[in-house]
Amino acid sequence: MGRYVARRLLLTIPVLIGASFLIFAMVYALPGDPIRALAGDRPLAPAVVAQLRAQFNLDDPLVIQYGKYVAGLTHLDLGTDFHQRPVLEIITDRLPVTVKLTVVAVLLEASIGLVAGVFAGIRRNGYFDNLVLVSTTLIISIPILVLAFVSQYVLGLKFGWFPIAGIQQGWYSYLLPGLVLASGSLAYVARLTRTSIAENMNADYVRTAKAKGLPRRTIIVRHTLRNSLIPVITFIGADVGALLGGAIVTEAVFNIPGIGRAVFDAVRGQEGAVVVGIVTLMVFFFIFFNLIVDVLYAVLDPRIRYD
Amino acid sequence: MSTSSGYISSTPSLEPSGTGSPVLEVDDLHVEFRVRSGVVHAVNGISYHVDQGETLAILGESGSGKSVSAQAIMGILDSPPAVITGGGIHFQGRDILTMTEEEQRQIRGPGIAMIFQDALSALNPVYSVGFQIGEMFRAHRGTSKKEAKQKAIELMDRVRIPAAARRVNDYPHQFSGGMRQRVMIAMALALDPRILIADEPTTALDVTVQAQVMDLLKDLQRDTGMGLILITHDLGVVNEVADRVAVMYAGRIVETGTVDEVFTRPAMPYTVGLMNSIPQVEAKGGRLKPIVGQPPNLARIPSGCPFHPRCPRARTGAAAAAGRDCVTDLPLLRVVTPGREAACHYSEEVLGG
Ligand SMILES: Nc1ncnc2c1ncn2[C@@H]1O[C@H](COP(=O)(O)OP(=O)(O)OP(=O)(O)O)[C@@H](O)[C@H]1O
Ligand code: SF4
Ligand SMILES: [Mg+2]
Repeated sequence: MGRYVARRLLLTIPVLIGASFLIFAMVYALPGDPIRALAGDRPLAPAVVAQLRAQFNLDDPLVIQYGKYVAGLTHLDLGTDFHQRPVLEIITDRLPVTVKLTVVAVLLEASIGLVAGVFAGIRRNGYFDNLVLVSTTLIISIPILVLAFVSQYVLGLKFGWFPIAGIQQGWYSYLLPGLVLASGSLAYVARLTRTSIAENMNADYVRTAKAKGLPRRTIIVRHTLRNSLIPVITFIGADVGALLGGAIVTEAVFNIPGIGRAVFDAVRGQEGAVVVGIVTLMVFFFIFFNLIVDVLYAVLDPRIRYD
Repeated sequence: MSTSSGYISSTPSLEPSGTGSPVLEVDDLHVEFRVRSGVVHAVNGISYHVDQGETLAILGESGSGKSVSAQAIMGILDSPPAVITGGGIHFQGRDILTMTEEEQRQIRGPGIAMIFQDALSALNPVYSVGFQIGEMFRAHRGTSKKEAKQKAIELMDRVRIPAAARRVNDYPHQFSGGMRQRVMIAMALALDPRILIADEPTTALDVTVQAQVMDLLKDLQRDTGMGLILITHDLGVVNEVADRVAVMYAGRIVETGTVDEVFTRPAMPYTVGLMNSIPQVEAKGGRLKPIVGQPPNLARIPSGCPFHPRCPRARTGAAAAAGRDCVTDLPLLRVVTPGREAACHYSEEVLGG
């Protein structure tokens, strides 16, 4: 197992290099002149423009620019934005906010999704089961952007139950954005749990458990839920990485100053270094949590072995 | 093999209530499946009994209701769609079907236990075999986890799993088919049941392993004195291990008697067909070959004798004796010779050759 994890971790290095290059190339290919955009309506002196272009290697070809970027990485220099602010500092500043948002989202996803799925799965075709089916279908089919705006308008503005934007009210401010961020996964978790439980309830070993004279609670918890939750837990694990990356829309709508919001602004301002730094970090999280899931899988299901 | 130190005595309340009375008595049991396409009449009034230390073999082609009747006894029918529509299942004199859920649960394991055909799917893949065997003690006796594991090792020894102490923490997929079936047997025997139902316990195994597992079952039965209900397609095994046999057709018992008698002088044309379907009964591992014609559709069982569309002796109309028309009159199970029962209007002729 240890060797397997080490090998997988080593493999992330080439993946990250490839990913960062792709992102770099995409920013490079964006139309428009970032320096002019930065200046806005105020004209900049040609000398200043030239100096900025030189500082950010904007006149070099793509490969040279990338080479200089990687060279900087070797001593933890992720570059700076156009206001001379180090990208590393932006990340350490913004990341805790996104982590909080993700934690809230994952907790909501796991608790609501699991509970709904378990009860729907145990009493299949019942009233609650149908409710879960209809509501999850609805949630899955609505784009997250629409969901974000509607919930912000209805729950935030109309009813005033939640803050509309920002993070002034601590954890409470994260609740609504967290729910929006988690919504799709939450619906998926409920569905996955339901199907998995329904499948396992008919398994031969559940019948064996009954023939053994085990109490009903033991049969359900130990011999049905435990097995059913394996795919669900692994999904949630992998989803942590995806949520960290998926926070861009939610953070933009709810004006949450996390890395998603930072990337959103950086793309608009063509801040190459910022975009590359943060998106590569997101890719890393994604890979990392997938690795965690693979390890978790082997822990939960003894039939899985990595050697 | 004598009664070893690993032998676990049964709960006092489950000792046989009186001498002579059967441990298990099934009385006119009816089971149907109410499915969308209609009602499947899987078991239509079967009665049998199993005494202490006795082996009853249940024979019959696929779909004749062998497993469903066993599941009804065990309380593990899929309901819905299964419904027990009539009859009784008396264990040590008490009808299981009228007991509370909790009373029924307490019988499963210490009273009646069951082993299944496919041990790989019947064991939970995510728990060690030791844990799954030990569960019996923990659920029924409140044994501590540690002690339960110790008992599991003793049982694994008892079913002759090599290096039991080392393998107790292994998972089902790490065992061979034969060893897995031994784990199932160990689990079923954990609380020294009075009745063991074995539903095709060796069908999924290699021929050589089949014999070993059957030998083991026989030895264990001798040690414990439990009654054994053996569901199988293997006539060779029946001939070797069973005392009595019940032949099922379309959810009914159509013939019952001692193995010797039924095998040498069947009293019902379906049984005759079964016996003829293998050249020598003694040939081990011989499987039933189907008798001409299709097995009956249990949603629309033929009128009269359910076997009549396939029966070479069927008589109807003028050829039939009064009240014994195979197409319209249902033959009931009746004593044809002492200790022999058959459900056929013309058993005497069948016996006469
Ligand atoms: N869950 C179910 N739903 C509907 N019908 C069922 C179900 N289980 C069993 N049956 C029906 O009950 C009948 C008897 O099945 P059973 O499993 O008892 O046969 P069997 O004698 O054990 O056959 P085999 O030798 O193949 O194991 C079958 O015809 C089947 O159609
Ligand atoms: S009753 Fe008639 S049809 Fe049925 S087995 Fe006997 S002879 Fe055949
Ligand atoms: Mg069967």
